Amino acid sequence: MEHLIPIGLNHYLTISAFLFGFGLFAVMTRKNAIVILMGVELILNAANINFLAFSKYNGGMGGVMFSLFIIVIAAAEAAIALAIVINIFKIFKSVDVSSIDTMKE
Amino acid sequence: MSNLTYTIIFYLFAVITLCSAAFVVFSKNVIYSAFSLLFTFFGVAALYVFLSADFIAVTQVVVYVGGILVLLLFGVMFTKSIMNTEMQTDVLHIVPGTLILAGIIGALLYTFYTTHTWMPSNKQLYGSIVERIGYETMSHFVLPFEMVSILLLAALIGAAFLARFDKPDKTKS
Repeated sequence: MEHLIPIGLNHYLTISAFLFGFGLFAVMTRKNAIVILMGVELILNAANINFLAFSKYNGGMGGVMFSLFIIVIAAAEAAIALAIVINIFKIFKSVDVSSIDTMKE
Repeated sequence: MSNLTYTIIFYLFAVITLCSAAFVVFSKNVIYSAFSLLFTFFGVAALYVFLSADFIAVTQVVVYVGGILVLLLFGVMFTKSIMNTEMQTDVLHIVPGTLILAGIIGALLYTFYTTHTWMPSNKQLYGSIVERIGYETMSHFVLPFEMVSILLLAALIGAAFLARFDKPDKTKS
């Protein structure tokens, strides 16, 4: 019990492991494309927590800068992915990924 | 702030983050998932403050909550009418998904806890790191900074191109 009181690296690693697991579960099991995108965002947040935790306990700045770039790339990914989802909705009238089975209109 | 108060606040934000993340994944309603993702992002931003990355926490709130979450909500409301009761989405491969969820979390926690004892450095990050981020961006990370700005510009132009309303005759030809 006494090793739970001072917050250490393992606390952050545990939280990020759970976030990564939830995100992977959403990507694997959900049929709605937007919920899959939310799962991808959870995975990116889990990676960010790991980078920042290792960066804090290491004392370097590499992890902090990397997490900043991850946030920028997540923004770009969300914009592109939602544009694709809206196009899919215009063509198939649904965002259910299990019903999208052709690459032509 | 005493050590116990610090710990209690940390666990509070950890519980908020994990419960709302679980609700995002297991909720059947897409709107509920999107609003629960808001609490997840705020909880993660609070954890970034605990990791003495205050600038990253503010960036997280501005970019994720102000940008990505609004974009996701826009996507939800654009692709389904909000009064529609058919907003519930069913799931696929629930049993293998649960098995892999338990397996991934168990394997990661086993690896983190048992295979190595992490040795914290003597010089950890303390206080505000905004100034150091500025120095690093303009010294070691100039090339990635410029590359990511070009990538963001290209991605936004591409997204605007993809999502624009098409001329109707193009789909017929």
